[in-house]
Amino acid sequence: MGKPSDLVQGTLDLLILKTLSLEPKHGWAIAKRIQQVSGDVLQVQQGSLYPALHRLEQQGWIKAKWAESETGRQAKFYSLTTAGRKQLESETANWNRLSEAINIVVQEA
Amino acid sequence: MRWLHKLSMRMRMLFHRDAEDERLDDELRFHLEQQIAENIASGMDADEARHAALRSFGNPTVLRDQTRDTWTWNWLEQLWRDIRYGARMLRRTPGFSVIAILVMGLGIGANVALLTVVRSVLLKPLPFRDIDRLVRLFEADAQGRFRDNIVAGGTFAAWKAQARSFDDMAIMKHVEYNLSGVGGQLPELANAYVTSWNLFPMLGVKPALGRSFSASDDRRDADSVVMLSWGLWKRRYGGDPGIVGKSILLDGKAYTVIGILPAWFTYPDAKTQLWTALYHERSPELMQMHTAHNFDVIARLKPGVSIQQATADLNTIQAQVRRQFPDGPVMDAANIRPLLEAEVRDVKTGLYVVFAATGCLLLIACLNIANLLVARSATRRKEAAIRCALGGSRARLIREQVIESLLLSAGGGAIGLFFASMILAWLLSTRDDIPRADAIHMDGIVFLFTIGVILLCGLFAGLIPALSSSHKQLLKTLHEASRSVSGGRASTRLRQFLLALEVGLTVMLLIGAGLLLKSYRQLRSVDLGSATNVLTMDINLPRVGYETAAKRVAFFEQLQQRVRQLPGVRGVGLSTVLPGQGHRRDDTFTIAEHPPLPRGQVLDAATRFVDPSYFQAMHIPLLQGRFMQPSELYERAQYILVSESLVRQYFLGEDPIGKHILPDIGEGNQSYEIVGVVGDVLEDLANPAEATIYYPLYMGTERSAVLAVRTASDPMVVALPIQKIIAQMDRDLPVANILTMEQILGQSTLSQNFDAKLLLAFAVLSLLLSAVGLFGVLSYIVAQRTTEIGVRIALGARREQVLKLMLLDGLRPALFGLVIGVVASIWASRLIQSLLYGTRPLDPIVFVAVSVVLLIIAALSCVVPAWKASRLDPMQALRAE
Repeated sequence: MGKPSDLVQGTLDLLILKTLSLEPKHGWAIAKRIQQVSGDVLQVQQGSLYPALHRLEQQGWIKAKWAESETGRQAKFYSLTTAGRKQLESETANWNRLSEAINIVVQEA
Repeated sequence: MRWLHKLSMRMRMLFHRDAEDERLDDELRFHLEQQIAENIASGMDADEARHAALRSFGNPTVLRDQTRDTWTWNWLEQLWRDIRYGARMLRRTPGFSVIAILVMGLGIGANVALLTVVRSVLLKPLPFRDIDRLVRLFEADAQGRFRDNIVAGGTFAAWKAQARSFDDMAIMKHVEYNLSGVGGQLPELANAYVTSWNLFPMLGVKPALGRSFSASDDRRDADSVVMLSWGLWKRRYGGDPGIVGKSILLDGKAYTVIGILPAWFTYPDAKTQLWTALYHERSPELMQMHTAHNFDVIARLKPGVSIQQATADLNTIQAQVRRQFPDGPVMDAANIRPLLEAEVRDVKTGLYVVFAATGCLLLIACLNIANLLVARSATRRKEAAIRCALGGSRARLIREQVIESLLLSAGGGAIGLFFASMILAWLLSTRDDIPRADAIHMDGIVFLFTIGVILLCGLFAGLIPALSSSHKQLLKTLHEASRSVSGGRASTRLRQFLLALEVGLTVMLLIGAGLLLKSYRQLRSVDLGSATNVLTMDINLPRVGYETAAKRVAFFEQLQQRVRQLPGVRGVGLSTVLPGQGHRRDDTFTIAEHPPLPRGQVLDAATRFVDPSYFQAMHIPLLQGRFMQPSELYERAQYILVSESLVRQYFLGEDPIGKHILPDIGEGNQSYEIVGVVGDVLEDLANPAEATIYYPLYMGTERSAVLAVRTASDPMVVALPIQKIIAQMDRDLPVANILTMEQILGQSTLSQNFDAKLLLAFAVLSLLLSAVGLFGVLSYIVAQRTTEIGVRIALGARREQVLKLMLLDGLRPALFGLVIGVVASIWASRLIQSLLYGTRPLDPIVFVAVSVVLLIIAALSCVVPAWKASRLDPMQALRAE
């Protein structure tokens, strides 16, 4: 149960920020959403998700609010802060650059 | 905005941590519920859904911990947890904790107290403006024989007029005044200073009330004015501001009080009661003389001028003075010392030695605690090993160990501060001779120092045991069979090494204390050259009422006769200076019968004025000739006695009787005939006798004398009757310093006595600590080797053999330590050489005595555990595992 490596961790942060950019969600919904959108390829484990959410919250990229969930139970909803939105933009740009570069390398070989 | 968000986040994480914990639990529970709900939706029954969800969820506690790890303030939380954990561990062994805290407290307390003293006395500047530019000026000798001669009035005048290196220069001298009582108050002899008017402005001292001296007060023809110290004003005048402008009687003369000095101003010492203007009090002739060395000179260096430059400046002037006055005791050079250094140089070495000793004590205390902790960590090796094996990090183990010892040293520090304040209170009450004792108090820096010492000790004592066991070794513990026969070799060796160090330091302290004690005893056993069962008191005849020589002599004669008739009195004498009271005064002279001296050379001897019965009263033996006669009065008092040393120094191979001395003592006769030679007496115990000339007190020139009364039994019993006699003779005459000779000698050896006793106290303490350490280490070894010993005994080893084996095990570190200590002492004892009197730094008696004491103590502390080992019941020992 080692901690996610830097690449994975950074990627997870990006995925979470992106997912939250549409609307506030709770942890379960974030995981589900990532799984759905990626066509079941990306399965976010709780062991990575919650530490990542809390870290992002501590850093001020996202903020949390308690609200009623679909089932009527109180749940912790996360949403992007203004700073988080900027962070998402820069991380998206980073990701694009990085994945392009990786693509080039992979296809060349 | 992000920082604001982060800040509020931080605040929440700090102050609402419990609420956040609950929310986290709730958040995770929600996730689980969602999973279960999903599982049910996909067709599982409730129970199965739950199990599947839990399975996929993993270990909720680990998840929770991992999430919590991302929170801020985590370190604080962990620290707090470690502290609580450490405190719990310490509570489980209260005996160990209490001892460790007390040991630490003693070490830290002694250090804090001594640091306070050293800092206040030696390091902290006097509270004057630009203290680093204030200096004391001394007359000196170009050949370097005298460095710190006090200054003559004429010399001061020359310096002040010609020197270019100083902003200002002031002159002062200690005097005593008879302060008359008003309205039934007793008269008292007040310690005072005469000073040039510019001293207070130069130091930057403003009066608390009234005004300071002005240049116009400081002239012979000015009105008499006086400034009072804050203490005298409060004590004698009830702090009445109305006293300013009124007059008080000093030596029967009216002085107008012009000002009160502030409470903080206690320079040069707290005993100084009042100040008068020097050029008003002293004759202009005296203040032009280059031979009467009487005064203390303080100056303020110009900014940017170094002490060397200023010294060169003064040297040039003084050499010029010397050329101008080639005869008489005129110095030809100058010496400058920073004011602070000039004040404290007598006590400096002693204080540093004691401070070093407290440092050693603290080190011993730390070693001892490290030792105890090593023992504890050894008993917890299994626990540590298991934690390691389960993935506990070594850093964590070390942190716990260090925090535990930090807790101990923090407790010790708290107790230490308490000890320190007690030690300080005691110190101040016993050592009133320490200059600037009034400035001693604990301040912020001392508290910072305490905290520093606590951290240092905690880290030191904690890291040694923590680092002693490496990760590999820890795991090896698990590999070892559970029946460890003689485990923990490495930690045993470490403990023995620490012990040897401890013993070595103890030996150093013991030897240092031994040397100082021996030196003190040597000093006290020195023969003063006179009787010591003597009561002394200072008598100071005021100017008013005792204007003529006849009146003064009449008083002394009458006092003599009346005191002699008291029961129990065996002898009564009067002298200006008694043996053991210090040098006080010397004057230069020439010998009439000798050829004139080469230019620039002078003869010099200590000067005392005595009455005819003084020598018999003090049991100072007459070696040759006769005593003075009671009939030799005033100008007929031309007959003097000289000391044995003077004869040896100036009349080698000659008969001094009948020779004539022509002294420069100012008043009195021109020429004196030597009629007798008396035995030497010591000015102070630490120095050899000086050449001394005894002039007749009955010349009537002196106004002050010390009455010396030898008694059959306790001298103090005659004190009250004598005071009554004096009060009957002159109701307004105060007496001061009613002391026995023993007390005078005690005062003059106070600092030696004190240094020796203090060092001894530290040495005994550290001996105790080392004994505890030895006892502990051997008990531990025995406990560890119980099985081995049991096997040995079961196989037929004799009990004496076991005893011997164990004793040797314990004594080995003691022996190593002894060797280390003796070698280190050979080096260290040289450093305290200047404090020793009549004792060589490598005094064999001290070294041998210390070694024997140490071995005996070491053997005693090892005997109990060794004996226990030899009494082991082999059956029980083998079963114990």
